[in-house]
Amino acid sequence: MKFNIISRETGIEKQINDFMDQVSRSGLVFQKGARCYLTGEYENFDSVLADISVIEHKGDELKRTIIEHLHTKTLIPESRGDVLELLENMDSLLDRFKGALWRFEIERPEINLEFVNDFSELIDGVVASVEAIVKSARAFFADISSVRDHLHKVSFWETECDKISTRLRAALFRKEDLRLSQRMLLSDLARHIEKISDRAEDVADRMNIYVIKRTL
Amino acid sequence: MFSFFLTSGLFLGWSLGANDASNVFGTAVASKMVRFRTAAVCCSIFVILGAVMSGAGASHTLGKLGAVNAIAGAFIVAFSAALSVYLMTKARFPVSTSQAIVGAIIGWNLFSGSSVDQAALTKIAMTWLVCPVLSGIIAVVLYQLSALFINTCRIHMFRLDLYTRWSLLVAGICGSYALGANNIANVMGVFLPVSPFETLFIGPFSLSPAQQLFLIGGIAIAVGVFTYSRQVMMTVGEGIVELTPVAASVVVWAHSIVLFLFSSQSLETFLASNGLPSIPLVPVSSSQAVVGAVIGIGLLKKGFWSVKWKIVGGIVSGWVTTPVIAAVVSFISLFFIQNVFQQEVYTSQKTLSPPPALEKKLARAQMPEGLKNNPITKITE
Repeated sequence: MKFNIISRETGIEKQINDFMDQVSRSGLVFQKGARCYLTGEYENFDSVLADISVIEHKGDELKRTIIEHLHTKTLIPESRGDVLELLENMDSLLDRFKGALWRFEIERPEINLEFVNDFSELIDGVVASVEAIVKSARAFFADISSVRDHLHKVSFWETECDKISTRLRAALFRKEDLRLSQRMLLSDLARHIEKISDRAEDVADRMNIYVIKRTL
Repeated sequence: MFSFFLTSGLFLGWSLGANDASNVFGTAVASKMVRFRTAAVCCSIFVILGAVMSGAGASHTLGKLGAVNAIAGAFIVAFSAALSVYLMTKARFPVSTSQAIVGAIIGWNLFSGSSVDQAALTKIAMTWLVCPVLSGIIAVVLYQLSALFINTCRIHMFRLDLYTRWSLLVAGICGSYALGANNIANVMGVFLPVSPFETLFIGPFSLSPAQQLFLIGGIAIAVGVFTYSRQVMMTVGEGIVELTPVAASVVVWAHSIVLFLFSSQSLETFLASNGLPSIPLVPVSSSQAVVGAVIGIGLLKKGFWSVKWKIVGGIVSGWVTTPVIAAVVSFISLFFIQNVFQQEVYTSQKTLSPPPALEKKLARAQMPEGLKNNPITKITE
């Protein structure tokens, strides 16, 4: 009996770690895919698209299993609501990465070379912000006292992404030989990518409250 | 006739189960860490075990009901206490069975013209004040130690959840055993001298008449746990201040420590033999211990205004009114049963051959060390 309970507990710890792995991996795959697109490696881009779909599917499965576990085994009753919300929010980040990558595929935007660097920087910043929130979430489960060591990095990267996005969008609208439709499309794409870091910051704000509630 | 008189003891047992189970499992159930059914099963089993295995040694509480020297009087005293506890339970206040019985005994003393030891009564009343305060202080210290341990060891949220569940369950089981052992004398002590049971042999085991009575009383407590304790559990667990599972666990341990401090004869002997001030062996209320611990945690965690003082006020007023209600009910019922049913509710001291002073001294000398200074003993002498 006792050992069953322990193995069940360690099982859910592993599932949560695996779920966080999927969120982190989705960021890295997005980074890789977006770079492939920016550098014109379209064949690799297709395989990356397939990868992120698999990751998203795995993430959803893990999330469902964890949620079922939390409810059926009545685990962490006082924090269950917060943990479920956190999982949903983390999953939404994963979905956004997938959505952004598919946007490249569907819209096939033409990106002038002079904007490639800014897009790359924006993508790196967004991935860094999500990586920081993943570390915070892992710490929330395993070592709550160190959550704040990672949370402040989320805000840092969100601010950076905001600056890059503003700079990029301003440059897009100031460039004379671009069609309005192209300006609008690229600006919207930049905004879409930047919003991922905004969302990461929202999750960080919520997590800050979870930490206050759980601090002994 | 014995079966009829036993019903008031069973009623008291049921009331005790309905009320006091909340002290050992209330916080665990309210924080959803232990299901009510699990809590009720564990509590029932260990209450019965405590009653049967250690009940005989728990006379420090109110086994002195034997001082009520007529069975009809004892019946009324137990009934009055049970009725008071039932009424307070119905109002969802965690009252003390011991308080109710002290009140009922005082009612009997007043009716029978026996003297009440004012000093002993003051001592008990003082302990009722000290108990929740001490419990609150112990809870705060335990909570801070737990926080230090958890933060230092960096325990994963799900492991902490597991450890806390076990902690709550073990603390609840210990508390249930102590509840059965300490309080069964309240419920059945008065019926011991008139028990018609013979020693029962079941294979290699045997049950003495006292153990058979305690078993019946234990079952009555268990029925009370199953049928009526849930509401009071929720009042204790979430009515005063919302508790995290770790805090809930600390509350139950603090309650158990306080009960141990006030009831351990070996600790008292140890303190006395080392020239240290001893802790009086007074039947403190487990309800008071739990409420004190919950308030202590609330004050530490969220400050003065997080505590629902209105509910605390209601509970404290219950502590004041319970013994008063029990005394009044006891007095009126004794009058009623004596004059309407012509039952002898006390044996007049004048008609008894008073024991010589020497016999009294000998009887006192034969008492366990811890009982000699027990204020309840003094009250009922």
